Amino acid sequence: MTTNGQPKGRTLVFNILRFNPQEKGDKPRMVRYEVEEAPGMTIFIALNHIREQMEPSLQFDFVCRAGICGSCGMVINGRPDLACRTLTTKFPEGEITLMPLPAFELIGDLSVNTGEFMRSVAERVESWIHSEEAKAPDLDVLEERMDPDTADAIYELDRCIECGCCISACGTLRMREKFLGARGFMSVARFMADPRDDRTDADWYEVIGDDDGVFGCMTLLGCEDTCPKDLPHQAKIAYLRRRMVKA
Amino acid sequence: MKVVYTDSLVIGGGLAGLRVAIASKNRGLDTLVLSLIPAKRSHSAAAQGGMQASLANSVKSKDDNDWGCDQDVARMFAHTAPKAIRELAGWGVPWSRVRKGDREVVVNAERVTITEEDDDHGLITSRDFGGTKKWRTCYTADGTGHTMLYAMDNKAIELGIPVHERKEAIALIHEGDRCYGAIVRDMITGELIAYVANATTMATGGYGRLYSISTNAIINEGMGAAIALETGKAPLGNMEAVQFHPTAIVPAGILTTEGCRGDGGILRDVDGYRFMPDYEPEKKELASRDVVSRRMTEHIRKGKGVESPYGPHLWLDITLLGREHIEKNLREVKEICEYFLGIDPVKDFIPVRPTQHYSMGGVRTTPKGESPALRGLFSVGEAACWDMHGFNRLGGNSVAETAVAGMIVGEYVADHCLAHDVDIDIGTVRKFFDREQAKIDALLERTEGENVHELKAAMQQVMMDKVGIFRKGGPLAEAVEELKALLERSRNIVVRAKARSANPELEQALRVPRMIKLAICVAKGARDRTESRGAHAREDFPDRNDRDWLSRTLATWPDDDALEPELNYEPLDVMRMEMPPGSRGYGNAKTIEHPDTAKRVAEVEAITASLPDADRHEIQRALMSYELPEKYRGMNERSGVGTA
Repeated sequence: MTTNGQPKGRTLVFNILRFNPQEKGDKPRMVRYEVEEAPGMTIFIALNHIREQMEPSLQFDFVCRAGICGSCGMVINGRPDLACRTLTTKFPEGEITLMPLPAFELIGDLSVNTGEFMRSVAERVESWIHSEEAKAPDLDVLEERMDPDTADAIYELDRCIECGCCISACGTLRMREKFLGARGFMSVARFMADPRDDRTDADWYEVIGDDDGVFGCMTLLGCEDTCPKDLPHQAKIAYLRRRMVKA
Repeated sequence: MKVVYTDSLVIGGGLAGLRVAIASKNRGLDTLVLSLIPAKRSHSAAAQGGMQASLANSVKSKDDNDWGCDQDVARMFAHTAPKAIRELAGWGVPWSRVRKGDREVVVNAERVTITEEDDDHGLITSRDFGGTKKWRTCYTADGTGHTMLYAMDNKAIELGIPVHERKEAIALIHEGDRCYGAIVRDMITGELIAYVANATTMATGGYGRLYSISTNAIINEGMGAAIALETGKAPLGNMEAVQFHPTAIVPAGILTTEGCRGDGGILRDVDGYRFMPDYEPEKKELASRDVVSRRMTEHIRKGKGVESPYGPHLWLDITLLGREHIEKNLREVKEICEYFLGIDPVKDFIPVRPTQHYSMGGVRTTPKGESPALRGLFSVGEAACWDMHGFNRLGGNSVAETAVAGMIVGEYVADHCLAHDVDIDIGTVRKFFDREQAKIDALLERTEGENVHELKAAMQQVMMDKVGIFRKGGPLAEAVEELKALLERSRNIVVRAKARSANPELEQALRVPRMIKLAICVAKGARDRTESRGAHAREDFPDRNDRDWLSRTLATWPDDDALEPELNYEPLDVMRMEMPPGSRGYGNAKTIEHPDTAKRVAEVEAITASLPDADRHEIQRALMSYELPEKYRGMNERSGVGTA
């Protein structure tokens, strides 16, 4: 991958986990690929280069390739992150190891099934506005007013892109299979902050008031460390706990 | 043969598709959504800027689409848009709100103080956007599309609508003039499934990835339009109408929002010189998207671009807005600069160039969203040519169309399901199933042939070089021939990866020949349209020619062996227009008038004069009455205006 007029870039080494569970007899293995670095190269660009030039069967997921859709979460040199917005210049050693996110069903190679998991979280938290009015709003009249600061505050908690980094970095989830995880807690915090939602603390206690909920968190805070959107996981888990103790 | 039956099948889980599914489900129909990916990852999420809706006035989106749109549809849209905003507010979108009192904004690079009324405190606020007269773009900070998509998908989950993820529709099932669902490939197991449905709605987004450089998500390969085209019956409309956005970063092609210029950012060349005022003294950087893109390209052609390994670019300078403004109002732009360019836009210029951005063309539909040729086939959102955009979409109108068209077309989809039975013979379903299975078998068995990635790259380069921002007869004719040659070669693709299950190369091998067919529709439509209109800019025909070209291009694909589409033209009826064609007010290009224009202008004036006491709704009915589902006909209450 040379570019006109540029000096030859360094040679990057990618170590990638290969495994297609759909194919009988296939076994997980690490495979090494060498790619010449180009200016502005991201892991998105490098992976496509590998697939087009070397390994047509290589599976990975990108959609927006702009850091907003959450498709490309993977473990990059030991840390869950978004591959599309990771520049290869970030790694001075020039060696990059890529693994699929743990905690999700493996589709193949670097592709995991986050969709089913995230839908189950949405169903468990019931991540929609609960109110009688919202069920049949009169669309012809002025909308309900909302304090501008409240709207901004809800948006700050609504920025999760469901990439799954927090889930794959969660120590508690290793111990408790049904643990809700940081994505679910952030969703609870978001709807709690929304004055349009009628649910009370007693209702929320039914959702998160046990060891599979907010009391199970071992506070290892992998979520806080790896969230690509810098959502306030630590603060919100602590907040939900305090609130549930009182509920 | 595995068969799944449903009433309402929706292909595509973005905003438009989900809204149609919600409408079907609310009418008591069995409803099912197919998606390549989890629905919340759809390209709808990428809309940073906002959603157009007049919470206080009327349609003003006609001059900037260069009189190509369907004015009935534009009216249907404008009337329903405020309802869509309010519906989404009820479903949880945290729209940014009006704050009473003074606030400072930048208008034409000058700071101005605006005072919001106490009465409006807490209502949904709006911002300025390119090409619109009034401030009417509603938004959620820098994440409008994201919050809309999450609210919409959560609503679908609340209603229990199943989304079958990682499923790709590869052919439509049809017989006579009826569509009955789709043959679908499971992208994990590789299994084919026949989804038989009463109504099938194509909501698969645009075809931006026909071009090598696009702001679109990489899944926007136009497959919905392509499988509609392959029926040989359903026409695609205005495929040559392709929009380029002025400011995507180089090389990644990721969009920096129009808000950068709306807020006062400027464009500079290799010498650091601000060149836009030389070309567009009045509107400067805030001229309409297609105009700014063309001016930038002209300037680069004069040798004023900045050289880079990825070709020449220009600079977007937002440093003059200051750190506080950028970190608060343009956070997404700052993040993109940091992560993808390693620069700080507070101090550094951003490398940008015009980049493919939006597909105005798509599956041609009636105002009800149904294909004029295949009953039971509907289309909505960017996948469709419902035709509210004509030849140039305005900023903020993409997500607006998805939500609004989803509401309107969703009702007509439900009407269709309740009025018709599925009367298809299972043998017909099997015929389509076997045909698709045979194609896949042949692909996997072939041992020598063409490389799919090479064909795709060649197609994308032809589109970029010859069917791009500026177009000319010679290169367009070459493009058509080169693409036809690529289509022939694509009939002999060989895949190196032989897995029947999840196999990215096989997916591409199924898509690329279809993409090339779409590319030929775009190139041929552009070659034959010998005028300039909106985003379609012919250097050899710079004038808009209403006399000969006030029409919509319809492309149909004759049969499997054909190498190009048949083009037909659907005239726009000037005598039915509420706003007969006028000038758009950019540059020196002239307009060759349609013979009916003067007549209709006089008629409109006479009708308006004959109703001195009428309100605007009575005048509207007299000039151009339009249809809407019963439930959306109510008048909209607007702040300071009342219900009007």
